[in-house]
Amino acid sequence: MGRLDRQSAVIAAADDFTCLSPLAKCPTGLRPFARLKTGLMHRFANPARFLKIARPLTGWLFWPGLLLLLAGCACGLFLTPADYLQGDTVRILYIHVPAAWLGMGGWSGIAIAALMQLVWRHPLAAIAGRAIAAPGALFTAICLATGSIWGRPTWGTWWEWDGRMTSMLVLLFLYLGYIALANASARQGQTMGQGGVSNVTAIFGLVGAINIPIINRSVVWWNSLHQGPSITLRGSSIDMALLWPLGLTLLGFSLWFGAIVLMRMRAILAQNKVEARMQRLARG
Amino acid sequence: MKAKHQRLILALAALVALIGAGLLAASALKDEAAYFYAPNDVKTKGVEPGKAIRLGGMVVKNSLKRAPDGVTIHFNVSDGKATVPATFSGIAPDLFKEGSGVVAEGSFDAKGTFIATNLLAKHDERYMPRELEGMNYNETTHEMKAER
Repeated sequence: MGRLDRQSAVIAAADDFTCLSPLAKCPTGLRPFARLKTGLMHRFANPARFLKIARPLTGWLFWPGLLLLLAGCACGLFLTPADYLQGDTVRILYIHVPAAWLGMGGWSGIAIAALMQLVWRHPLAAIAGRAIAAPGALFTAICLATGSIWGRPTWGTWWEWDGRMTSMLVLLFLYLGYIALANASARQGQTMGQGGVSNVTAIFGLVGAINIPIINRSVVWWNSLHQGPSITLRGSSIDMALLWPLGLTLLGFSLWFGAIVLMRMRAILAQNKVEARMQRLARG
Repeated sequence: MKAKHQRLILALAALVALIGAGLLAASALKDEAAYFYAPNDVKTKGVEPGKAIRLGGMVVKNSLKRAPDGVTIHFNVSDGKATVPATFSGIAPDLFKEGSGVVAEGSFDAKGTFIATNLLAKHDERYMPRELEGMNYNETTHEMKAER
């Protein structure tokens, strides 16, 4: 690395660093240097740049998402026919399937954020992991609850320790562990940047990802009470007459999940701002 | 090599090791983590009488018979490779019927009949409106054809 390169890299790093503190104004003269090293991923390490996109995007995800999921639920409740075997109980699938998808998708997001945090030291990734955890845990709990309510009339039991149910319960415990670990490390000031999760928490997020393929394959590998996958790459064994509202709720809940994550990330960034201001005031 | 690249390689190596460990554990658990025995498992491995297990499979068509006492039922459970006779006294779940899946908890008696203490209906992955009942489902093409 040439001398000039190193110099500009130092300045660029300083620029990134000062931009991370929400109060500091980036000296505009340094901006071109910052561009030298910023790829697409690092562009959004800057909270100001991230917020510029996140603010309008929140609304664009929230309202269409809400509309789609309400429409999907209404269609699933009133427009689709009852199942030949399960009767009206089948309608719980319009909530159960998106909840399962987002519970597992949430942890996949945590794992990706953890990788970005550990490898590239991406400060927003640390915040994203923390923002995903609570809604991910919520949707996992919804999945377990709706599954249990469906299981009683269909199977004749609220709960059985079969592969699918047990691995999904483990996912809920992983979420709770992740949240506890993130909060504990935040209290001790071990987090990466402000408001993110600690590296230990990120490693936990990465290790926990092994559960995701296990949940997905549990009904294929092992005899289980839970039925096999209905929707595969080859097609769907759910008849089209019953299937179509599921597309609406899947998309709606997913957009909504994205909006919740963005809101939580913005809340964490705003909290950082408040804390920085308090510290400055305390210093006088 | 930059520190960033070292971390990337380390993280990816850890991930690969982790997934490998998970797959090994899952394949080792293959039999232990099974929720129930299929009739063919019972035939090939043998389950001693009196041992509490779960037996899962399809209720064979035309095998369901109700005993004169009104609460005891006799039926055969099959997985396509082997068939096992079973009996149960009590209230079966609504979805329990011939030709659909069942998971029975109980044990074998000395004569090889499965004495169930509890019945669970197993649902399969097919969902369809009532109008389509009585149609045949093709596992590979996911298409419905009218039953002849």
